[in-house]
Amino acid sequence: MTEVKQSPPDKQPEGEPTWIQRVAPQGIDLRSVLVIPLLAVLTALVVGMFFILFTEGANAILPAYGALFSGAFVGWSSISETLLLSTPLILAGLSVAIGFRAGLFNIGAEGQMTIGGLTAVIVGFSVQGIPGIIHLPLALIAGFLGGALWGFIPGFLRAKTGAHEVITTIMLNFIAFRTMDYILKLPAIQPEGRFDPISKNVLESARFPRILGWLPVDGASGLRLHLGFLVAIAVAFVVYWVLFKSTIGFEFRAVGANPHAAKYGGMSVAGAIILVMAFAGGLAGLAGSNETLGVLGRAAPGFTSQIGFDAIALALLGRSHPAGVVLSAILFGALRAGGRTMQVQSEVGIDLIVIVQALIIIFIAAPELVRAIYRVRGGKETGQLTRGWST
Amino acid sequence: MVDVTSLADKPALVRAPAEVRRARIRGIVYFVLAVATYVLLASTTEGDVVFRLGDAPGDLDLTLSAAGLATASAVVFGFLGALEIGRRGLGRWSNIALSIALALFAFAFLGWAAAGKSLSLVGMLEGSVAAATPIAFGALSGVMCERVAVINIGIEGMLLTGAFMGAVIGTVVNPVGGVVAATLAGGVMAAILAVLAIKYRVDQIIAGVVINILALGLTSFLSAQILVENSSAYNNPGVLRPIKIPVLGDIPIIGRIFFDQNIFIYALFIITAGMTYGLFRTRWGLRSRAVGEHPKAADTLGINVFRTRYMNVIIGGMIAGFGGAYFTLGSVGAFNENMTAGRGFIGLAAMIFGRWHPVGALAAALVFGFADSLQVKLAILDSGIPSEFLLMAPYLVTIIVVAGVVGAARPPAADGQPYIKE
Repeated sequence: MTEVKQSPPDKQPEGEPTWIQRVAPQGIDLRSVLVIPLLAVLTALVVGMFFILFTEGANAILPAYGALFSGAFVGWSSISETLLLSTPLILAGLSVAIGFRAGLFNIGAEGQMTIGGLTAVIVGFSVQGIPGIIHLPLALIAGFLGGALWGFIPGFLRAKTGAHEVITTIMLNFIAFRTMDYILKLPAIQPEGRFDPISKNVLESARFPRILGWLPVDGASGLRLHLGFLVAIAVAFVVYWVLFKSTIGFEFRAVGANPHAAKYGGMSVAGAIILVMAFAGGLAGLAGSNETLGVLGRAAPGFTSQIGFDAIALALLGRSHPAGVVLSAILFGALRAGGRTMQVQSEVGIDLIVIVQALIIIFIAAPELVRAIYRVRGGKETGQLTRGWST
Repeated sequence: MVDVTSLADKPALVRAPAEVRRARIRGIVYFVLAVATYVLLASTTEGDVVFRLGDAPGDLDLTLSAAGLATASAVVFGFLGALEIGRRGLGRWSNIALSIALALFAFAFLGWAAAGKSLSLVGMLEGSVAAATPIAFGALSGVMCERVAVINIGIEGMLLTGAFMGAVIGTVVNPVGGVVAATLAGGVMAAILAVLAIKYRVDQIIAGVVINILALGLTSFLSAQILVENSSAYNNPGVLRPIKIPVLGDIPIIGRIFFDQNIFIYALFIITAGMTYGLFRTRWGLRSRAVGEHPKAADTLGINVFRTRYMNVIIGGMIAGFGGAYFTLGSVGAFNENMTAGRGFIGLAAMIFGRWHPVGALAAALVFGFADSLQVKLAILDSGIPSEFLLMAPYLVTIIVVAGVVGAARPPAADGQPYIKE
């Protein structure tokens, strides 16, 4: 084991960089770590402007983008909302990122969030009479395990039958939504007197407490940012440690970089795939728990609000590195918070944000495109992130 | 007595260990299915089920004992399981066997749910074809792209774009214009995929996911900005009427299912036939397959790998765009946000199940369409199974199929790999 460690798989001596170097450069190359993502975001926003121009006319651009910016950054309330919305994005982004590190494409974060958020809620309202210091962690563990189960299934299928995780995770998303519809109508879950699909309220002891009440500003107690944000940051540190400092993380990355080499190095590729998917599912489950135990305090259809899909974009933007994921998640949280303000204050709908995010991935995934537009120099980057159907 | 010559005569008996293991798993699954069918379905029901095959009740009725149907199905599953294990796999017949088993299980289940009642089988098969149509277009689009080694995860987005353009242009101009616009829009989305995957060598699965997110964002944004405010002016195309083919349409059972449909279903069969002929009988097809299997060799022989890939991917996108128009112009009659609901991904699974062959893809799509239609029928029959579980059926079948056959089927050798000209 130690002998293998001396030549980590993501440092090839020469030739074309591997995909892992491209997604997460080990050396500090500021140009590719910061400049390209910033230019990608900028370009995507500029292209977004043309969509406003096309649908609402030139006069709508400035108010829309002004509202987008002020809703994201201006004032404590906006900052609180930005960080609040970025919290589940951090956790879901870590879920997708850890999959990428092992060469797996987890499109199922949305479904894993659904199941994890649901199990967390069930523990959150059914376990009674214990203090918050035990109840909240218990509910979070339940959320992690619920998501981990939903991640384990595609991991197991991939490892044992070769079924591609892209298809199985997407199908499991739909199955998760239907499962939630069913569970939310059970008498044990539904509040008395309600007939729509909705869960009972989570007990106060399992809710994330708000953390900005101490600020010396008016209405500070109304700021919705809660403890979940700090939990997400802590989880990012844990993921960093697991990926880069632990033996199992080394195996994950080795399997991602070259499964054949990992196999000949004595690692269990199947075991690593199952473990990565379960872990990724657990992280997404935490993201779902964050939604149900945080702002909402219960589960209702659509509580995942496409976070699992945004997570794909921000994992790419953050180059599958926990630090990059946190920064990208805050950016995406800002886009969501600003987008809501934009939707309210101007005529431009929040779906513009989805277009902007898609454009960001295009520019991140094809850095040559950004280089060509801005004439930024840099080495040619090629490589494959995921695997085809059968390998 | 098996001697060496008969082994050579029967290549079916010489199989890779992985395939034998897979066959054993399939065999066990068949046995489990047989026991489950007998215990859960055959022993818990009595009474007859009436399958109506004609247009009206009374003409062409097929009366079966529900328990008998389930028992017979269980026997077939046991037989298939014994075949899989005994012959160590059925080779190329295993997908067909699996399809038959799934269909049979569905019938046994339907008989169990409808015991003592009658149900229109023709109506259900008609529903299957309708549900299979967008899936089949997606699968054919996938075959087109993957035969030249470009993985197209963006089919879902292309279907959605086609549905949107079909609705908008179908309302503003006319339905035929809508179909043309949808086809072109699918081509444009595919061109983006092609540029990303072929020129910029972006990871193909990520490029496809980008297409999906972009399509969802674009259609949802434009729908919210333009369609919602004035849906009668932009989102009211109406549905293309079925066209009955004179003689064939009057054949009992088959006539109503296949020859009294709208142009999308006819186009589906024409495209499937054309693509099969094109891929396996023409110079273009040979070149395409060469590019998919060994691009370097193809390049050495003077085939333009990049041009072939661009062309096929864009044609594939046009097929998906055309198929997308079915959602708005062929069945629903208006565009709704994210109305494709994963049909593009199910199409991908159908492509794999159909072994990257147009006819196989169409057949697989019909299996998925049948699962979808079964779900609708069971919901109407009120069998006591919660509707949420019935709605899962197409997705569950997709997972079972992908887990059961992928790996046994071989994709084009260069699938997913960008080509770098030296």
